[in-house]
Amino acid sequence: MSERVFRVWRGSGDGGGLAEYRVEVNEGEVVLDVLHRLQATQTPDLAVRWNCKAGKCGSCSVEINGHPRLSCMTRMSVFEPDEVVTVTPMRTFPVVRDLVCDVSYNYQKAREIPSFAPDPAKKPGDFRMQQVDVERMQEFRKCIECFLCNNVCHVIRDHEENKEHFSGPRYLMRVAELEMHPEDTADRRLIAQDEFGMGYCNITKCCSEVCPEGIRITDNALIPLKERVADRKYDPLVWLGSKIGRRPKDTPPVPNVGRYSNRT
Amino acid sequence: MSPTDSTRLPTSRARIPQRTLRTDRWWLGPILTTLGLATFVIYATLRVFQQDHYWVQEHHYLTPFYSPCIALQCDPDAALLGRLPVEFPPLFPYALVSLPILLLFRLTCYYYRKAYYRSIWQAPTACAVREPHRTYTGETRPLMLGQNGHRYFFYAAFVITGINTWDMLIAFFHGTDGGFGIGLGNVIMLVNVIMLWGYTLSCHSCRHVFGGRLNSFGRNPVRYWMWSRISTLNHRHMLFGWFSIATLMITDAYIALIASGTIDDLRILN
Repeated sequence: MSERVFRVWRGSGDGGGLAEYRVEVNEGEVVLDVLHRLQATQTPDLAVRWNCKAGKCGSCSVEINGHPRLSCMTRMSVFEPDEVVTVTPMRTFPVVRDLVCDVSYNYQKAREIPSFAPDPAKKPGDFRMQQVDVERMQEFRKCIECFLCNNVCHVIRDHEENKEHFSGPRYLMRVAELEMHPEDTADRRLIAQDEFGMGYCNITKCCSEVCPEGIRITDNALIPLKERVADRKYDPLVWLGSKIGRRPKDTPPVPNVGRYSNRT
Repeated sequence: MSPTDSTRLPTSRARIPQRTLRTDRWWLGPILTTLGLATFVIYATLRVFQQDHYWVQEHHYLTPFYSPCIALQCDPDAALLGRLPVEFPPLFPYALVSLPILLLFRLTCYYYRKAYYRSIWQAPTACAVREPHRTYTGETRPLMLGQNGHRYFFYAAFVITGINTWDMLIAFFHGTDGGFGIGLGNVIMLVNVIMLWGYTLSCHSCRHVFGGRLNSFGRNPVRYWMWSRISTLNHRHMLFGWFSIATLMITDAYIALIASGTIDDLRILN
């Protein structure tokens, strides 16, 4: 057992600051354990969102010493014995209170993505997918929606005005997943660029660096999606080839969500 | 507090004045990247415009910075694809065709984009470090749309790497007494070509062209096989990127030292 200094951001959208606490830390504990001890012993009104404490629910996303991380998966042993641990809420989303953010931006972006569009002629049970095709998309399905990738992405973290036009790595990954799906008949390349803001991504890979599931978001989703957008919008040879061959229809934006919410 | 107040969603972020609260050396990576890129750019610029010490006649060593050599001043044996009927003025690169392509191939490369966006353009300097720019439009503006042409530079770089491979192979058949021979220069050129192929084949556009653009791998097993092999290389794209610019400089420097008579080639066999 040892005593550590924790600085925790306390406040709301109206204002706040870092409050310092001295708190007991035991061997094997994670940051979330220490936050719970603070709640139990010193500051019962500290707001912390958490659920599974096993790195699978994605609820306890915070920033620890400036790094976007899950507090339940950050062991205290990663810090130097005399290191001050600073815990702040995610910077990209509005703060409800203390370490709890309102992440509804992400749910809004999720609703804007046109859903899976299989061939209507196919009946349930008719799909036959090879394991290699399943594996390609299952990597993206590991996402626990902790939103650390969207939080760290500088496109919206440092430029809030881009939120309307940019869905963030998490939802561009979802668009990529559907675009690569062998049974999806839609062409999502145009909306990936025009509606979800693929062009804003400058592939600096911070999303991949912070992903607690180790999903290679940039290499396996964002760059392949950028290449597909280039096929559709910027490559004259591919464009010519698609004119000669059959091309799936472009997917229209989802009506009644996002910037289309005024449309009927 | 009224029920409306309690259900109202917050709109303001936590106001944290510090640019970052990171306590690690996040600035070290961008500094090293800038130094590495600057070293290569300065060295390559000086050598490309030097117009000398690029060819070792005895062992047919041609530096990659002058391949393919197309100026009238090029040594006839060094001009694999022939020479143009005009003399290049001073400060005009002899490899006028390949150098701009290779430069653009690296400039539009997905790894180098990350490297210079972070370390030079500082968008962002490091993860979770506030960038200094007031606005950001990414790669949406006309000037930046050229980044989408990376695949065309890949196609061209593929051909140029083939030419570099030919240059490397030819040199093995020019030993000191004629015929097959191996010198340190051959080994350096071989390592350089391996690194160049590693970098070219691990390219994200290459991965897309060979299989990534398919929606069904199951129906295209050969392309899936190629895609998976390229994916293995692609994991090391950054590594190949740095190693290849290092081997380019080492190969060029070694050949320049021999060509200028500063050192002799260390011969291992013939």
